[in-house]
Amino acid sequence: MKIRTLMTGLVALSSLWLIGCGKPQEASTSSTGDAPRGNVQAASEPLTIGIVFDRGGRGDKSFNDSAWTGLERAKKDLGVQDKAVESKEVKDYELNLTALAEQKCDLVIAVGVGMSDAVTKVAKEFPDVKFAIVDSTVELPNVRSLLFKEEEGSFLAGYLAGLMTKSKKLGFIGGKELDLIKKFEAGFIAGAKTVDPTITVDVKYTGSWDNTDIAKAIATSLYNGGADIIYHAAGRAGLGLFAAAKEQGKFAIGVDSDQDYLEQGVILTSMIKRVDEAVYQTVKDLQEGKWDATAKTYDLAAGGVGLSPMTYTKDKIGADNIKKIDAQIERIKNRELTVPANASALENYLKSLAAIPPPSPGSQ
Amino acid sequence: MADFVQFLGLAFVLGVPVVLAAMGGLTSERSGVMNIGLEGKMLFGACVTAMVATSTQNAWLGLVGGIGAAILASLLHGVLTQVYRMDHVISGMSINILAWGGTSYLYSPHFTDRAFGSTIPVVPREVFYLLAVAIPAVIWVYLKRTRGGIRLMAVGNDPEKSRQMGIDPIRVRFMALVATGVFCGLAGAMIVSNTGRFSEGMTSGRGFIALAALIIGGWRPVPTMIACFAFMLFQALQIQFQGQAIFGVMLPNELWLSMPYLVTLLALAGLISKNSVPAGLGKA
Repeated sequence: MKIRTLMTGLVALSSLWLIGCGKPQEASTSSTGDAPRGNVQAASEPLTIGIVFDRGGRGDKSFNDSAWTGLERAKKDLGVQDKAVESKEVKDYELNLTALAEQKCDLVIAVGVGMSDAVTKVAKEFPDVKFAIVDSTVELPNVRSLLFKEEEGSFLAGYLAGLMTKSKKLGFIGGKELDLIKKFEAGFIAGAKTVDPTITVDVKYTGSWDNTDIAKAIATSLYNGGADIIYHAAGRAGLGLFAAAKEQGKFAIGVDSDQDYLEQGVILTSMIKRVDEAVYQTVKDLQEGKWDATAKTYDLAAGGVGLSPMTYTKDKIGADNIKKIDAQIERIKNRELTVPANASALENYLKSLAAIPPPSPGSQ
Repeated sequence: MADFVQFLGLAFVLGVPVVLAAMGGLTSERSGVMNIGLEGKMLFGACVTAMVATSTQNAWLGLVGGIGAAILASLLHGVLTQVYRMDHVISGMSINILAWGGTSYLYSPHFTDRAFGSTIPVVPREVFYLLAVAIPAVIWVYLKRTRGGIRLMAVGNDPEKSRQMGIDPIRVRFMALVATGVFCGLAGAMIVSNTGRFSEGMTSGRGFIALAALIIGGWRPVPTMIACFAFMLFQALQIQFQGQAIFGVMLPNELWLSMPYLVTLLALAGLISKNSVPAGLGKA
């Protein structure tokens, strides 16, 4: 009986250890007790930045990894320390945030829209600790919201796909049907239809961020249905899209990080969301005493979103098409074009397209 | 017609790893060891398959490694439940949690960068397609026609009586758990083969779908296989129809996405008969 209890405990404990501390070799062994707070840090004590990853987790080669890259850069350039925690389930969010707040982190960064409720709750409990949340707005005096204009980057991806498609059929694969993912969808469709309003975009959702097989099945069925380029905003499940694209000899478009290298020549481009930049800037602001609890929006003009350098597909795309994309970038930066970020704005945008024909893509 | 064949093909490919995992559940549960840890064993199998295939650049060694890892996880379940008499559900869940945390730990940057930079050599998927159809048939014959199969069922139905008849239940159960490991390892390797790489949590709850199919199939190999493919047929149907108007009516995507699970739930509620549960399930 005793042994049985002991074994239960051991297994449970070891599981907790594996989940809780994530990557022990990276998590810093730092300040117990009197870490400095906020802007008034003692000269020699480095800031401690806590970061909570969402369920996508490190190694998604996408969103969470991008946030991590930003923090790594901050560690190197600004000499801050970090405490990184991964979340396996939604209920871990609050626990992880609380744990980091209790460990007197100077700033706790929550990566992911799913954490907004948890951040709201924990930030109220720890008014002295500063928080930042990626992809969501939390209006509290100690929370900074880091937002992106994903629709602008997605518009460019859609525009490129519109230029490249031969079948005039495109696909979009989303993860979960959130307002956030709708921004990618609306921008992509708007971009494609700006090239040619007769282009159709089939939209499907996987319902999960991790089921690569479902994403692959969806991609296969879209390619079979005639689509020749598919864009995804489905987290790690998107890896299934790349596998399908490679097998079928069609194009895919990556998301969040530069995913082009994952299947070289198959991934046309990636819509990059500079979560790393947002994280780095936030840490830098804190270090320099410029931290405030506002919402910061990282758009195309600010370099917060954009397309990858198309390292492996430049030749296939051609200089002409790249010029045309640059022209669209200018339009968006100069605010001549407001990219729709949801279904109803998209509808209005498409109506306006029908009314005033856009500068024809062939005119340059 | 071609469309319909493609549609069936999608459902079949989706079903293969679930069938393999369900067969793992079957050998274990038929011997009386409750097994909710299929998910974890698949995940270990997938992760180690990718790791070994990456480091050796040999797909078959990867497969062997993945199966080995799943067998070890399965034997851990055996040691905990049979030797230390831990509750089967707790042990199974612990293994799942261990797999979620453990594979994400193994999946560290020095491993993934290699895995991502180059393509992993994978075993051709056709091998798994064949196995997903052959294994249920073989298990069916084994359970019906062989001494070992009858012993396995006897231990699962009444471990005490079989002990009196001179069969060692623990020994039989460990053999069954090795088979569970093999099948779950295959399931994990199939998932890696399909995408060409490992990614965290990629089994995505399919170990539990396999368990549901096992229950719907009444712990019988062929009906269980059919239940797995039926579930994935609904999944493929869902993929086809979401975002499209049916007779002019646009159903919300959420409804389509949850449809396969709702059907499973209904089937679980309607189809289970008490008689089909192995009587000794979870008993010492």
